Amino acid sequence: MKNKLSLFAVPYVIWMALLVVAPIVMVVIYAFTTADGGFSLSNFARMGTYAVIFTRSFKLALIATAICLLVGYPVAYAMAKEGPGFQRIASVLIMLPMWVNFLLRTYAWMSILEKNGLLNQLFSAMGLFDLINSVFGTNIQYFKMIGTSGAVVLGMVYNYLPFMILPIYSVIIKLDNSLLEAARDLGANSAGVFRKVILPLSLPGVLSGITMVFVPSVSTFAISRLLGGGTQMMLGDLIEQQFLGGAYNPHLGSAIALVMMVIVVVCMWVMNHFGEGEEQAVML
Amino acid sequence: MSKELIRLANCTMAFDDEVVLDNINLYIKDKEFLTLLGPSGCGKTTTLRIIGGFQTPTSGDVFFDGVRINAVPPHKRAINTVFQKYALFPHLNVYENIAFGLRIPKVDGKGKKVKLPEEEIHQRVMEMLEVVNLRGFEKRHITQLSGGQQQRVAIARALVNKPKVLLLDEPLGALDLKLRKDMQNELKRIQKAMEITFIYVTHDQEEALAMSDTVVVMDAGKIQQIGTPEDIYNEPKNAFVADFIGESNIIDGIMRADGVVEIFNRKFQCLDGGFAKDEPVDVVIRPEDVDIVPEDQGQLKGTVTNVTFKGMQYDIIVDFYGFKWLIQTTDLSPVGSRIGIKIDPDGIHVMKKSQYSGMFGDYSSYSEEYEEISDASFDPEEDQEGGDEE
Repeated sequence: MKNKLSLFAVPYVIWMALLVVAPIVMVVIYAFTTADGGFSLSNFARMGTYAVIFTRSFKLALIATAICLLVGYPVAYAMAKEGPGFQRIASVLIMLPMWVNFLLRTYAWMSILEKNGLLNQLFSAMGLFDLINSVFGTNIQYFKMIGTSGAVVLGMVYNYLPFMILPIYSVIIKLDNSLLEAARDLGANSAGVFRKVILPLSLPGVLSGITMVFVPSVSTFAISRLLGGGTQMMLGDLIEQQFLGGAYNPHLGSAIALVMMVIVVVCMWVMNHFGEGEEQAVML
Repeated sequence: MSKELIRLANCTMAFDDEVVLDNINLYIKDKEFLTLLGPSGCGKTTTLRIIGGFQTPTSGDVFFDGVRINAVPPHKRAINTVFQKYALFPHLNVYENIAFGLRIPKVDGKGKKVKLPEEEIHQRVMEMLEVVNLRGFEKRHITQLSGGQQQRVAIARALVNKPKVLLLDEPLGALDLKLRKDMQNELKRIQKAMEITFIYVTHDQEEALAMSDTVVVMDAGKIQQIGTPEDIYNEPKNAFVADFIGESNIIDGIMRADGVVEIFNRKFQCLDGGFAKDEPVDVVIRPEDVDIVPEDQGQLKGTVTNVTFKGMQYDIIVDFYGFKWLIQTTDLSPVGSRIGIKIDPDGIHVMKKSQYSGMFGDYSSYSEEYEEISDASFDPEEDQEGGDEE
């Protein structure tokens, strides 16, 4: 009977083979060939030119992930610990933006952060620039926000924060209350209970949150282009250019994608290896 | 025995409008093994949680060594708990679970936080592993332990802190019968050896009788009786206690004079006195205190309606004038036979009438009730205790 049921998985397996495995194979083939079809490592040899973009991508993704963790963990913790009322409101607030199209959300941030955007208008109306100018003797009319790495990080944090909060929340909410009571019983105060029991037991949620924020962040392209104003090119933009842009070179694009993939997979492997003990623990 | 250590004075606990504990007064002596015994929802777990500091009574006071501790949080009480489902930390191995309490910095006399040196932690954990017979298990993961072993780790984790009092919330509930008996002896041995006050919660009357110095029988948020196991078995205060502790036939009687009680219009000699003349009473007759004699020699005559072989004895149900008794005997009297019975004066126990009169002690609905009681795996507490935990 089990075999009959697993027949239903066949369409999906074919789908996966066609649309996941085959493209990866093609990416690998493209990466190791040139336009004339011959085997070559020249695509990888050119990688050094893009070291700046690699570094920036991983740096910004790491910063965004760290901020998501620092902001998301307390929110997830509060959601799990406060009453169901807070829980409901918080989950709606977290999910609500996700119902709006990703590009639309990012465009909204553009109009907030622009030179003549909402924030600068607000600061101006508050007389903030006049104040600064009179104190420091400067002549500032607006803050440069869009086109900075900060704006790109902000966009990534805003878009990916829910993917940090939800897995952490779902782990904490499932923690057995008697474990927390046991820790208190054994002499731990609130901080001790958190540090010695809640935090280690919520690590699996933290790890999957990190994965779910870091991976899309490192390969993002729309956010960096819209909020980075062309000055904050990231790997996603670079790869896009090789396939769709003027710099058309799918071989180079594949090579970059492959290198990025390998780095991400190695990162994930190291992290999962590190978190193995805790994951086992949560199975209990 | 020794001096008083814990006192609950007029403790009442109410959740919304539901009164879970109703004016409890109880004191617990140093180094004694006290059991809170009662059915599901009787308030025994709530009482334990008040002592542990996990709940604050709605009204009333809790004293520890003469000091009021109502507002003292659990981590500042010299009390440790063995939780119902052990609550072992799944991210720590056996050693680290036991060392958990020792690794928490303690405030010394000068208000400074001090950490125990690693050698002392190691020595005390190893000592505890010895006590609970788990030497060699220190590196094991909690998931790799059997229920009985987890139980021992939970006990070690609590005892390693050298508490003055150990609270145990149905700690043997999840174990099978054989293991349960072993652990009963083990717990008793540990309690004697370490000279610690044990407060033990259970719904298993056998367990309570076997282990305790003092048994507190509870029902409906009230203490029904406090006494030694012998006291509560031999001298139950009311029909509830008589029924809950062991098997009892509870019959309506009238006290005709000191030492004379009338059942079924026949006078019986007994050892009880101090009742008003002609006062209606509840009479407890334990199934093992009844002697079966030929019909014509009996004080009462009845018909055997049911026989169950129990190994050591037969449990027979005998119909006396429409009221069914449980009698335990080593001689087989077949179903349908007429027998007589005799009861010695010390086999009769007379109790005042209470709210429980008429509710227990009749074996007319024998088959269902009795099967439940004799089934070791039957747990009337399952899942229902949750209600008074929160």
